[in-house]
Amino acid sequence: MSATHAAHGGPEPHTSTGVDNVKMAMWTFLGSECLFFGSLISTYLLYHDKTGSGPTSADVYDIPFTSISSFVLLMSSLTMVLALSSIQQGNPRAMRIWLTATAFLGLTFVGGQIFEFTTFVEEGLTLQTSPFSSAFFVLTGFHGAHVTIGVLMLLGVVAMSSFGRLGPDSARPVEMVGLYWHFVDVVWIVIFTVVYLIP
Amino acid sequence: MSSPEVHHEEGNHPGPAQYVRIAVILFAITVIEVAIYYIEPLQDVLVPMLIVFSLLKFVLVVLWFMHLRFDTRVFTWVFVSGIVLTFSVFAVVLLTFFLQGGAAPSPPGLGG
Repeated sequence: MSATHAAHGGPEPHTSTGVDNVKMAMWTFLGSECLFFGSLISTYLLYHDKTGSGPTSADVYDIPFTSISSFVLLMSSLTMVLALSSIQQGNPRAMRIWLTATAFLGLTFVGGQIFEFTTFVEEGLTLQTSPFSSAFFVLTGFHGAHVTIGVLMLLGVVAMSSFGRLGPDSARPVEMVGLYWHFVDVVWIVIFTVVYLIP
Repeated sequence: MSSPEVHHEEGNHPGPAQYVRIAVILFAITVIEVAIYYIEPLQDVLVPMLIVFSLLKFVLVVLWFMHLRFDTRVFTWVFVSGIVLTFSVFAVVLLTFFLQGGAAPSPPGLGG
C-alpha cells in the first residue's frame, strides 16, 4: 500500500499512474482557481489607486475588524483538519462536530463580509463608484461566494454522515472538501495582505 | 510504472496536537502582521515584511493542512503550475499596460 494513501486513511487507488484520480482532479481544479483569483488580484493591484471622486481604501477599510475575520477563517482551517483527523481515527461523531464548527466559522466570516460591504455602501463605496471599488467588490465578493459554497459542501457532508450515506471510504469526501476549504483560506491569506494591509 | 515519490511515511503524519501548533503559529504571524501595520518606524520595510509573513502562512497551510508535504510530488507540481501561470499572467498584464503608457486605463463608465 502506498504511503500516500496509508497516510490519509483511504484505500489504495487502482489507477494506471498510481496517483489518486479524485485528488488529482481536485488539485488541478485548485491550480485553475489560482489563475482565477490571481487574475482578480492582478486587476485589483492595477486599479487600487484609481478611486476617482469616491472613497479610497484608507477611508473605508477597518483593519481591526478584518483582522478578526481573518482570524476566524484561519481557525476554521484548524477545525477542518481536526474533522479529517477525527474520521481517519474512526470517529464520525467528532468529525461532524468539527465540520459543523468549520461551517459556523465560515458563516461568521461571510456575515462579517456582508457587514463590511454594507458599511462600505453606506460610506459611498459601491460596485460602480470607481475602478478601485469594482476591483475590490469583485475580488472579495467572489472569495465570499467561494466560502459560501464551501459552507454548503461542509453541511452536505455533515448531513450525509448523519444519514449514513458517506460509504465505506468516509474520509475521502471530507478530505476533498477540506482541500477546497483550505484553499479558500490561503486565498484569503493573500487577499488580507495584498488588499488590506499593504498600503 | 514506478510510484510517484512520496515525501514521508505514515508515521510522520501530523496529529491533532501538531495541527494546533501550526494554528498557533498562523495566529501569531497574523498578530505580528497587524501589529507591524501600525508601527510607524517599520513603514519603510512594511511591504517586504508583509509579503514574507503572508508567504509563510500560505506555505504552512498548504504543506500541513492541505497535506502537500505528505503527498505525491505530482500534486505539488500541478498546484505550483497554477501559481506560476498566475504570476505569468500578471507579468503579461503589467507589460501590456507598461507598453501602453504605464497606467491602467479606466474601464468605460467608471470614474478614476
